[in-house]
Amino acid sequence: MPDPLLDEPWGLSPSVALRPEPFGALAYHFGNRRLTFLKRPELVTLVRCLGEHPDVRSALRASGIAEAQHPAYAAALAGLARTDMIRPRTAAA
Amino acid sequence: MTTVQQRPAGRRPATRNGTRIEEFELGLDAPICLTWELTYACNLACAHCLSSSGKRDPRELSTEQCEAVIDELQRMQVFYVNIGGGEPTIRPDFWHLLEYAVDHQVGVKFSTNGVRITPERARFLASPACGGYVDVQISLDGATAEVNDHVRGTGSYATALSALENLRDAGFSDAKISVVCTRENIGQLDELKALADSYGATLRLTRLRPSGRGADVWDDLHPLPQQQRVLYDWLMAHGDGVLTGDSFFHLAAFGESLPGLNLCGAGRVVCLIDPVGDVYACPFAIHDDFLAGNLLAEGGFQRVWQTSELFMQLRSPQTGGACATCQFYDSCRGGCMAAKFFTGLPLDGPDPECVQGYGETALLGDRTIPAASQDHSRAEPGRNQPVMLQLTRRPPVSACAEDPLAGFEPAGGQKGCGS
Repeated sequence: MPDPLLDEPWGLSPSVALRPEPFGALAYHFGNRRLTFLKRPELVTLVRCLGEHPDVRSALRASGIAEAQHPAYAAALAGLARTDMIRPRTAAA
Repeated sequence: MTTVQQRPAGRRPATRNGTRIEEFELGLDAPICLTWELTYACNLACAHCLSSSGKRDPRELSTEQCEAVIDELQRMQVFYVNIGGGEPTIRPDFWHLLEYAVDHQVGVKFSTNGVRITPERARFLASPACGGYVDVQISLDGATAEVNDHVRGTGSYATALSALENLRDAGFSDAKISVVCTRENIGQLDELKALADSYGATLRLTRLRPSGRGADVWDDLHPLPQQQRVLYDWLMAHGDGVLTGDSFFHLAAFGESLPGLNLCGAGRVVCLIDPVGDVYACPFAIHDDFLAGNLLAEGGFQRVWQTSELFMQLRSPQTGGACATCQFYDSCRGGCMAAKFFTGLPLDGPDPECVQGYGETALLGDRTIPAASQDHSRAEPGRNQPVMLQLTRRPPVSACAEDPLAGFEPAGGQKGCGS
């Protein structure tokens, strides 16, 4: 069963800064002071463009990520959501 | 947290499996955070001050130069700076620089003894102007005035508590109480935690380093081997509820790693900018041997961080030296570079507080403690300066010591004269 997250609108949290690094990017949350590694450039592209798409699935397609990899990326996004790096756009930002 | 395990082919050679520690060992394009000592001036004269602070240095960076540093940190996307000193808040432009950093998306955590945290300043820190970009760390090295003032000076406990009160009353949430762990306060960990809780603050524990004036008191103040174990167990029991600045990675050799980064970050993920713009590998290594350059030179801070010979060397693979054969080397990675250097131990050998006991053996061997390369201590003792000699566990020897019976206490515990 596909992850319900794939059909939801998400975006980067307003208090998160992304910094490019050779391996991908570092994400720092100024609210909870957490530091997270985004260890693939594809994931960085995805996270950056989440907010511009109606749902996660179209952001995945726009980032050029193959359908077969969508569940893995959905899991990675769920991990980022746990520390509030990204949040659902319906919630008050 | 690592979200995706594989490491893409980057411009650096691929490491074994691209763990977080390996990324950090190779260094980053910019530090994650850095420490910036704004001034060597201080109203206190703590016995263990790692920057030997006291007097302002006439070459300290001007307001404009400090603003330029912040501009550069913003360009490099350094997420936050740890501002310290000396006592940073006694710089007249401190509050201006704080706002300047926040306005330029550089978060600020500043360490203070509390002397200028008035009710008015506390209200400012709690206001939207600081917008969650500012953390305040109040230094306190004991849960009681007796233990704290012994190393930090008379009245410093009261000053710190008054600052915490002002912050709480202003509605500033989650201040930090920053404690350097010593032989004398390890027994107060629960009390320190309770004190922090009572102010709605978070406890932050860090390691005593033999740096600066700390070299003079380290032998007497650093935790005893059995206290290291007490500290480790206490940290394991409190997990994420207590902050450590990742400073206790040498304790990881007890077994399980502590939360955070278990690795020396010097020149790889952290560094220090001193009040005159000199860039050192870490806040605990203010010494010519760890000086990478000055940010006033061509190319600024970025050039020092990215190209200095010292930092390149620190980012190259380290051998483990005498520790390479120890089964715990992967846990502690040989411990703290500054602790080894300032106790005169080889940098590729055990940490002086190695929990497997190799440090104690090494300390007994031939070693020369390096001379300090700078000292901003006041020449004349200040009014409230701690006088460590008075605070041994023995009662003071008074003028009556000339009496052959002085110090003789018959059963019943009669006190000598003059005490």
